Amino acid sequence: MSGSYKRQRVIILIAFLAIPLLLLGTFSYYPAAKLLYLSFTDWDGISSTVEFLGLDNYREIFSNPDLFGVFLHQIPYVLGGILQNIIAITFAVILNSRIKGRNLFRVLLFVPYIMNGVAVAFMFQYVFDTNNGSLNALLGNLGLYNLQQSWLGETSLVNFSLASVSMWRYVGYTMIIYLGALQSIPGDMYEAATIDGANRFQSFWHLTLPSLSNVIQLNMFLTLSGALAVFDLPFVLTKGGPAGASETFLLKTTETAFTFNNYGLASAMSIVLLGLTIVILLVQNLVLRRRGRD
Amino acid sequence: MKKKWDLLQVIKYVLLAIASLVVLFPPYVVVLNAFKSTDENSSPFALPASFLNFENFRIVFEKAHILQAFGNTFLVIGVSLIGNIVFGTMVSYAIGRIPFRGKRLIMALFLIASIIPTITTQVVIFSLIQSLGLFNTLMAPIVLFVGADVLQIVIYMQFIRNIPYELDESAMIDGASLLRIYRSIILPLLGPATVTLVILKTINIYNELYIPFLYMPKQNLVMVSTSIMRFASNNQAQWGYICATILIIMIPTVLLYLFLQRYIFAGVTNGAVKG
Repeated sequence: MSGSYKRQRVIILIAFLAIPLLLLGTFSYYPAAKLLYLSFTDWDGISSTVEFLGLDNYREIFSNPDLFGVFLHQIPYVLGGILQNIIAITFAVILNSRIKGRNLFRVLLFVPYIMNGVAVAFMFQYVFDTNNGSLNALLGNLGLYNLQQSWLGETSLVNFSLASVSMWRYVGYTMIIYLGALQSIPGDMYEAATIDGANRFQSFWHLTLPSLSNVIQLNMFLTLSGALAVFDLPFVLTKGGPAGASETFLLKTTETAFTFNNYGLASAMSIVLLGLTIVILLVQNLVLRRRGRD
Repeated sequence: MKKKWDLLQVIKYVLLAIASLVVLFPPYVVVLNAFKSTDENSSPFALPASFLNFENFRIVFEKAHILQAFGNTFLVIGVSLIGNIVFGTMVSYAIGRIPFRGKRLIMALFLIASIIPTITTQVVIFSLIQSLGLFNTLMAPIVLFVGADVLQIVIYMQFIRNIPYELDESAMIDGASLLRIYRSIILPLLGPATVTLVILKTINIYNELYIPFLYMPKQNLVMVSTSIMRFASNNQAQWGYICATILIIMIPTVLLYLFLQRYIFAGVTNGAVKG
């Protein structure tokens, strides 16, 4: 009997792993390797011959402020992400307490996350529109005319406007994650704290926050890697404008490849982004592992 | 003491009310303006002449290829999910249950691949898809959602560890074949993981913009994301039309969400903590 299982095992291994491994090789490792190779060349996407450039593409990326500098546009998304986590924790704590209509509010705050992202983007185009937009109309109705802005047309403002859309969309999602973590804190710990004379703020500060620290950390890393790869919102709403003010590194990469046919440079940019993502993940793992040892 | 407690409750409700208003404000304006014809009051807060004015919706259904977009989107989601479930469970069974040399290596290969953001490799995948002859076919997104994403394997690998191996052993004592064990024991017990996967993947694919945009420019291969994008850029600032499109796209998902909320919350929480 064991002999027959031995043969079955071999058959199952081959049958179950062959196609997934083929797909993995074709769509993950081959592209990554090809990307690395192309990043040292000047390939234009069509011609069969390429010239080897060595590190020129990378030099170009780091010395040309038009390329590496666009990461500055992505800082508002990091700030927005931090704010998003603070708001999400606040509402998770509120919805974890005894309160009427808990489920209604939970369902409502999560709604933006399940809406189609492109539909959300256009919804906010209408909110932010300078002449007909609902935000400026609202400010007008409140008499706050001097706060009316060209929300997507002002170079200093556009990235904050876009980051706020992403906050609107994801805050409920982040809140649900925190809520899940809060519900796994045993209730008797709070009872013990109350018996020891801790007030509500003290038990939040010394009990709730430390229990959330792993999830907070995870979310902060997600915020960072998400902010590195911002793409959809500026792609749909501003196409990188006005005057390139809302370009992001990924937007620039796809433009370099598919608009300017400079696949070599675009590949190097992809590798840089990939490298940065991996660095963030490595740091995250290091930090989490160190905590695990403590 | 009693008074202080009340104040805190008041603050909580005030914050919740503000958050609800912020969440509802953009969709509220969309609903109002989806029913307005082009010659009506253009102030975003003005009520439409009639909430029975479906003219915008009629035009959108005609011009934005919405039904086709929903059809294509659900087809792509359906086929991709089947592929993900079949391959995901197969890989997790092979790696999780059968001892063999190179097991750790294969697992590492899948896990490492899961950290490569797929959008960074599009530069190369684009020419790959072209040379496979999949450009401008529905197979392009399907192949990418099945092959270039390893979320399903990460999720199933986590779950299969919690299924006791004694179940396999007792089935083997009864003489069941490994294929049968996979089909009748492991596959059903991975059900909760499958629910998580279906929810996360459906949301991801439904929202995906760049893959359909890049690989399927053909008119009749439009998906939900690309349909609204094309329609809105052809009808700049025609807010009545755009709002109607947004509403048509949102209503089915919001309804689905209200019915499935319990599973969706569970799926999102599981996916975030374990994935």
